[in-house]
Amino acid sequence: MTLVEHLPVLVVILPLMAAPLCVVVDHRRAAWLIALAAAWLSLAGSIALLQQVHANGALDYQLGGWPPPWGIEYRVDLLGAYVLLIVCAIAALVLWFARLSVEREIAANRIVHFYAIFLLAFAGMVGMIATGDAFNLFVFLEISALSSYALISMGRDRRALNAAFQYLVMGTLGATFILIGIGFLYMMTGTLNMLDLAARLPAVSDTRTVRAGFAFLTVGIGLKLALFPLHLWLPNAYAYAPSTVTAFLSATATKVAVYVLLRFLLEVFGADFSLGRMPLDTFLLVLGLLGTLLASLVAIYQTDVKRMLAYSSVAQIGYMVLGIGLASTLGVTAAMLHLFNHALMKGALFLALGAVAYRIGSVTLRDFAGLGQRMPWTMSAIVIGGLSLIGVPPTVGFVSKWYLVQATLEQGLWPIAVLILIGSLLALIYIWKLVETAYFGRPAGDVAVVGEAPWSMQVSIWLLVGANLYFGIDTDLTVGVARDAAGSLLGGTG
Amino acid sequence: MSTLPGLYNYWVVVFLMMAGFYVVISHGNLIKKLVGLGLFQTSVFILYISIGKVAGGTAPIAKAGVTLYSNPLPHVLILTAIVVGVATTAVGLALVLRIREAYGSIEEDDINRQDLADDQGAPRAPEPAQAADRKQAE
Amino acid sequence: MSGPDLLGAILSLPVLIAMGVVIARRRPNLRESITVAGGVLLFGLVAMLAHSVELAFPPRLVLAEPLPGLQLALQPEPLGLLFALVAGFLWPVTSIYAIGYMRAHDEQNQTRFYAAFAVSIAAALGIALAANMLTLFVFYEVLTIATYPLVTHAGTDEARRAGRIYLGLLMGTSIGMLLLAMVWTWQLAGTLEFSRGGVFPDTIGGPVLGVLLVLYVLGTGKAALMPFHRWLPAAMVAPTPVSALLHAVAVVKAGVFTILKVTVYLFGLDTIAELAAADWLAALAGLTIVLASLVAMTRDNLKARLAYSTISQLGYIVLGAMLGVAAGAVGGGMHIAMHAFGKITLFFCAGAILVAAHKTRVSELDGLGRRMPLTMLAFTVGALSIVGLPPFGGTWSKWVLVQGTLDAGAWALTAVLLVSSLLNIVYLLAIPVRGFFVAGPAAAAEIREAPLPSLIAIAVTTTGCVVLFFWTEPLYRLTQAMVR
Repeated sequence: MTLVEHLPVLVVILPLMAAPLCVVVDHRRAAWLIALAAAWLSLAGSIALLQQVHANGALDYQLGGWPPPWGIEYRVDLLGAYVLLIVCAIAALVLWFARLSVEREIAANRIVHFYAIFLLAFAGMVGMIATGDAFNLFVFLEISALSSYALISMGRDRRALNAAFQYLVMGTLGATFILIGIGFLYMMTGTLNMLDLAARLPAVSDTRTVRAGFAFLTVGIGLKLALFPLHLWLPNAYAYAPSTVTAFLSATATKVAVYVLLRFLLEVFGADFSLGRMPLDTFLLVLGLLGTLLASLVAIYQTDVKRMLAYSSVAQIGYMVLGIGLASTLGVTAAMLHLFNHALMKGALFLALGAVAYRIGSVTLRDFAGLGQRMPWTMSAIVIGGLSLIGVPPTVGFVSKWYLVQATLEQGLWPIAVLILIGSLLALIYIWKLVETAYFGRPAGDVAVVGEAPWSMQVSIWLLVGANLYFGIDTDLTVGVARDAAGSLLGGTG
Repeated sequence: MSTLPGLYNYWVVVFLMMAGFYVVISHGNLIKKLVGLGLFQTSVFILYISIGKVAGGTAPIAKAGVTLYSNPLPHVLILTAIVVGVATTAVGLALVLRIREAYGSIEEDDINRQDLADDQGAPRAPEPAQAADRKQAE
Repeated sequence: MSGPDLLGAILSLPVLIAMGVVIARRRPNLRESITVAGGVLLFGLVAMLAHSVELAFPPRLVLAEPLPGLQLALQPEPLGLLFALVAGFLWPVTSIYAIGYMRAHDEQNQTRFYAAFAVSIAAALGIALAANMLTLFVFYEVLTIATYPLVTHAGTDEARRAGRIYLGLLMGTSIGMLLLAMVWTWQLAGTLEFSRGGVFPDTIGGPVLGVLLVLYVLGTGKAALMPFHRWLPAAMVAPTPVSALLHAVAVVKAGVFTILKVTVYLFGLDTIAELAAADWLAALAGLTIVLASLVAMTRDNLKARLAYSTISQLGYIVLGAMLGVAAGAVGGGMHIAMHAFGKITLFFCAGAILVAAHKTRVSELDGLGRRMPLTMLAFTVGALSIVGLPPFGGTWSKWVLVQGTLDAGAWALTAVLLVSSLLNIVYLLAIPVRGFFVAGPAAAAEIREAPLPSLIAIAVTTTGCVVLFFWTEPLYRLTQAMVR
């Protein structure tokens, strides 16, 4: 077997093995280097995987050589490779950024553990993407979730602890719901392999058990996804977590949850069942829209910029869910496109916030006054990221909005198109509140002269900002893959 | 409803699950919340284990003359899930411990009240991280 | 240079100038030289393009293809060339003016000013040469963002409020309506390419097209059609060169240019003529013309009065586009150029008065004609051109527009145009009359003419107003080519 054939499992194993290594080495700088190397190697692997999958179709990997359905199968198809790429890219860039930020925000004796847990969270997400086994997915989900709770609780503010605990309760409820759902499916089909499930479910899909399993799974994933109104854990968790953690989780955790939703709804159950015979399409449409509008409104009134962007994340998740709810190839394409694009925007924005926190130690709106002059590069990055969030061309946000609006108009749902654009305008309001404060506000009291963030931080930020602009103009990769993946998920129909 | 007695395992599961869920949402004490959460998870474990039973089947150990075995797979799965559950409880308890150090309370109302005060910009409590760090270093 | 190269050069030159300006930030003389020399070169390139381009086979430059089948591309056509020529000519002139103004006024952040100015021009040229609606939209948004730092240049609370209105209205309308209209068009017609006779298949019903037209016209907030006009008076807080070039020429003309493009190349004039929605929009434009004129009469602040005058004049062009007859579109196209020269002259004069005499109100200008005779004379010329009296350029565009209303049989709109001209006389000519014929405190001895660079710029645009009266033929030919 060549290396490529092992890639589906290698990308998972690498961070998983690197995590204990960090603890064993027990040296701060070495731990960082190990984490960084693991993340970048995974990124390289994910790029190779995407190329491979794009050229030759899905890659299967049987753990220990046991064929499915007895053994656990890893399976990376186009959708998986696509999400894998963005998750690995974000992890690699965030870890590059992390060194200084973590030294500033996390107690010295915990830094080694921080990197180890970070890697575990990363490995969990990658595992969720790569696995083709429903129960294995639950295990990876819990690995990444448990590490996330720990990461969030490392925030400087004590409120981080409470936020982490709330997240733990909500997250465990969600994960247990998913476990029940998987159990019901197993009862009816006797298999845990997703492809097998997909093949056997249609025969029994009219039973109450399958419908109950479907409901449990949807609600459970909805909790993980921070689908409105199950989003209550998210704003505080993002607001009080360390900057690097916020950047990483906001750009990846909810994205992976969206991926899991797509997997179960469209592949395991099939679009016909989940969006056709079950009324889930309407549910997703309405909840997505409500989430978008209400969370954007709440974001306008936040005084903590991190929390503001956290609410904005809830709103943006609404767009993705809405795209899935449209139940058309174009709608799912738009959702997947926004999944990728939103990771780029929020990654850039939260990393820039991390740079601000590094320099001035706070991210309340008040402290942003006059920052436009003092940290010109960081603020420019925030402005561009914000424009992307609003959906101004030529940023990625524009491409997402274009497809989403097109998908709604395709079905003649123009009121929804209008509401989507109103969501954009709400984003304009909260982003511009920040921009105005940064460029026109007068800092209150004495101002220690603050310089620009160090260049190593700028590299990560500007790579993401550059990606925001690049993928707004050259959409061959994003649109191409998203459309192909959506087409194959929906079975080439619609 | 002749199946009712036959499905008694599901009734047990449903009862445990609802009891656990109720404890999670109704109690303000963080430890009690964790207890509820544990109950909630355990109910699902029982669900899995009970569905592995094949009527008339014996323990899945290869033995001459036995043809009908219970399904061992759910048991194996649930071993993993139990480990996950233990880990969740451990992380939860660790968080409660730190919350107690930082807030001096494990009552949700109390903590939320203090959070609210923090939100409104009241002078911040001493950095909690350091206290916990010392603890961990010991 | 081949056609596509020329297009690329025209788009990238202002961006290079912006970079040059930033690099030369510590040496003001070099910085301003780069701007002016670059501007002259840019106009040379645009003129070369206008001269060399074979309109039957226009060159095309594809920048990128962000969405499958939908390119970011430049491709000149007559109306766009006209707009590009006007913007390209007036930019170096304004730069010369700005040197005098900014230095005499001792403005802060001049580097940011010149750099943002150059980017704005690049965006305006991108709008002018856009091959399809997507490209136009992209540059439209870039223009909004690039002008934001210019509007808020002063950094005061007032500038900040103005910036909020500016960005809120322009971006709100464009994202809320223009983007929707665009995606919808893409959905219906499968293309956003500007093409003669429109893109919509015949099967699409009138009501849908009507709604689309309303979305397009109201979504183009830069055209300042009421009720989305508030940003323009608000933007007057910017330094005068900005008001002169951007808010009398580049930005607002980009708005009406967009509307003309949409009506001529997406809908087609024949379709417009049949749409009831176009009649309503024409009526709205007529209302804007009259109301803005009336408001202008009540404004004592000179720049605010000019801003409302601009709103009113933009209404002429929208009205011309909505008539659905050739003369209307031609008149609208010509008015883009004519009004640009007239209004920029007026703004230059207003800025000169501010710098030299420190006066911003009409009521303070009594007797100023004694001290600043050249400025006041130029103001008179600009005002007469906008009113539409010979021998000044504005005569012709108004003439063709009136003809358009007659062709369309819209008598009420003819009346609106004539009444509005009378109102123009009242609120614009009142100013030089005060300056020359009313004795007042402004005749004080210490006031002198504005700095030389500013005077040169004023002289150029004033001459332009006269020249365009006698040399209208190329302009007429270009605009005619659009509807033929």
